[in-house]
Parts: sequence; structure tokens; C-alpha cells
Amino acid sequence: MRFIDEFRNPELIKKTLEEIERIIEPDDHFRIMEACGGHTYSIFHFGLQELLPKNIEFIHGPGCPVCVLPPGRVDEGLEIASKNSDVIFTAFGDVMRVPGKKGSPLNHKAMGTDVRMIYSPLDALDIAIKNPDKKVILFAIGFETTAPSTAITVLRAKELNVDNFFVYSNHVKIVPVLKSILDQPNMRIDGFIGPGHASVIIGAHPYEIIAKDYNKPVVISGFEPLDILQSILMLIKQLKNGEAKVEIQYKRVVMEEGNVSALEIIDQVFEDRPAFEWRGLGAIQNSALKLRPEFAKWDAEVQFNVQKITIEENKDAQCGDVLKGMLKPNQCKLFGKVCTPDNPVGALMVSSEGACATYYNHLYSTMNY
Amino acid sequence: MCLAIPGKIVELLDDRNQYAMIDVSGVRRKVNISLIQHEGVKVNDWVLIHVGFAMNKISEKQALEQLQLLQEIGEDKEAMTEIKGYQFD
Ligand code: SF4
Repeated sequence: MRFIDEFRNPELIKKTLEEIERIIEPDDHFRIMEACGGHTYSIFHFGLQELLPKNIEFIHGPGCPVCVLPPGRVDEGLEIASKNSDVIFTAFGDVMRVPGKKGSPLNHKAMGTDVRMIYSPLDALDIAIKNPDKKVILFAIGFETTAPSTAITVLRAKELNVDNFFVYSNHVKIVPVLKSILDQPNMRIDGFIGPGHASVIIGAHPYEIIAKDYNKPVVISGFEPLDILQSILMLIKQLKNGEAKVEIQYKRVVMEEGNVSALEIIDQVFEDRPAFEWRGLGAIQNSALKLRPEFAKWDAEVQFNVQKITIEENKDAQCGDVLKGMLKPNQCKLFGKVCTPDNPVGALMVSSEGACATYYNHLYSTMNY
Repeated sequence: MCLAIPGKIVELLDDRNQYAMIDVSGVRRKVNISLIQHEGVKVNDWVLIHVGFAMNKISEKQALEQLQLLQEIGEDKEAMTEIKGYQFD
């Protein structure tokens, strides 16, 4: 099956690299942000930074949903569960180890709170249906990739008249955060590798603002080594021609207009929050989703009167600067000493897609060779 | 969690085309297919799955590539754990 190996074909990879080297000039220095944790993972796994000319630099972006969750958010959700013995707290595995003020969801579980790991929002609804005397909270996270799934689950709860299921929404949007990063002082990013799977839902159009207003090219990319190299080539061609367009390299999966019915479903159930706090980035306008008032019955924030918890982050933790691309993960004072994947201080160390965890695991595995 | 998992539709489970049985490397699970209804869904279609939902239809070629990618970057076990983890019915 030749086609499977197409994206790892050494000849094609070599050709793409040669083409990049041909176009780029010694005086160029391009800083390219890959917005998605999946891309960060691929770049490290396949050692792409080492293959590319030194004057192309990857800046690892904010595209890992647990990494950008403000500390406090998990605590707020857990607070409801630990205060009410009839509440079951459910979340994806990635959330389970996020450190909160009084520990992670896993720690809370050990202390007796009913915390359950799920793989789909529908699992949480199922738990609610099977436990009518309990209240089930879905601690929902994710970019636009995941928001439609939560939305359908809410619609399903409505259809089945399930009144003990509540969503604590932390859904976020990719374009506002990219804009906010570009608005930071001292920021120098020349172009973006756009996320592959969030773009399956939103398509190419929402990125136009990055290209038009900020004059930065965006190329939506697949996850294969060749995909990423081709995307870099497309970005560099644009940069050398003085262009800033949105292009799709991952055409075999992403359509220009996205998944129109998923977008409709998101819009039916969710509305923009005026502002949402992001870890290390502060409040960003219209960057997150909450349930529309029609669905207040299923909105944990409405039904449980959540007390806002703000947590002082460890003052040596430099997650924000890493997220903004101003520091490499291993330049953080805590990296590898105080903050490790087994004992994460910041969320970038929690998920395997977080930039710090990716760095750490990569350094660790190369040291063991 | 953001790398979607390719699977093949082996059975449509309800008249409203909300659910289908999917096969991922021999493991069968129910997933929600409402998000791709507008594309028209039938048995033997390949789809990308994320948190229990099919996000879009893809070609068989793309599905096999994606499976291999998951394997290569060592995410295949996690992907199978996720698929096996869907408990809803
Ligand atoms: S090493 Fe830890 S504290 Fe430092 S930036 Fe990374 S996650 Fe944050």
C-alpha cells in the first residue's frame, strides 16, 4: 500500500526541505507558531526542527485545551462536587491531573469525591440517566473540535428530559486567542500553522482576520512530517512574496467552509462569553463559549451558583511567557526541576500535548539513547 | 486528545441516523453521527472520530494514513483506550 507511506517518503521529504532551503535566504529569520498541541507533538517526534534551516523557528502555541485552562476553573468545578454529596464530577482524562488549589480531580477522588473519567460527553449524560438521584456535572473542555459534541449532548439531554445533567463549560475558540497573542507587546510571529482538527469544524474563513488585519499567513496543516514541512514551505513562499493568505494544506480532511452543521449546532446551544480568563494570557474577549439562556436548566454555572476562585500561580512559573512564545519551555525556571510531568506545576506539563511535557519527554528520551 | 481517530461505519443504528456502530482496528463501538448527517452516511464510510462523535467523512486512504500516524507517534494505544472507553448506549 504505497500511498500510506507517501507522507513519510524520504524522497518527498528531501525535496520539500531542498525547496525550503532554496527559497529561504541567510538573512531571513521566520518565527512560526504551530497553534495545535498535536503539531507540537509531531514536530518533536519527527525531529523536524533539526531538519529545517536554523533560521526557521517554531513557537509552540496555546492549542492544548487543558494547558490554557485558568487555574481556579477546575477548583470551581470540584468545589461543587466536594460540597454536595449527591454530585458526580465527570471529565476527560486530560483534566484528571490538572493541579488545583486543593489538588487535582484525581486527588479529590482519592479523598472521596465522586470523580469519574469519561471519554465522551455522552458518557456523562449516560451516567446521569443511570443515576437519577445524583447530579452529574460534565466539566467540558476543548476548542471547536470538541464544542459540537458537548452541544449535541445538551440537545440530547433536552430531548430525553434529563434534568440531573449539567455542563460546566470551558469551551474556547482558537481565533480570538491567536489574535490576542498577536496583540501582545514584543510579539514577533511571522505566520501560523493552523490546527488540523479544529479546522475540520470551523473551516478556513475564521482565520481571514489573522491574514487581513494582522497581515500574517495561516496554513492549516495535517500532522504527518511531510504535511508540516509542506505547510512551512507554503508559509515561507507567502512570506517571501509579501503575501498573507489563509491556505489549507490538509485539503484531504479540512474543507474551506468547515462542518456547517456542526457550526449550526454550536451556535444553537452556545453563545460567546464577553470575556474568559486564559492561563498566562489574561482575559480575552469573546474567546469562550457558554450555554445560551434557553439551556440554563443544564448550565452548571447557573444551577450551582459557582463561587469564582482565583489562584495565585507559582510566581516562578513562566507558563504565560511560554504560551506567548517568548520563552522556550526549558527556559522556565521551574522546568525539569520543580515542574515535571509526574509533578506538574503548570498545565503545560500536564497533557502530553502541552509544550513543556513534550519538551521534557523529548529531552528525557534523547538522554536515554 | 486532539488527534482524531479513524473508524469505519459497519452499521447504522437508528432511523434518524444519530448513531452508528464503528469499527476501529477490530474494536466496535457506538458513536454519534449527527454531525455528518448532512454529508449522507452509509455503511463502509470512513470517518474521523473525536470524543464519541464522527466529525467528518474521510477517504479510506486518509483513514489508513491516520491510523499509521497514530501508531508511529505512539498514540495508538491511547486511541484504542478512548474508543473502548465509550460507555454510552
Ligand atoms: S515548566 Fe512548568 S511552570 Fe514552567 S512553563 Fe512549563 S508548565 Fe509552566
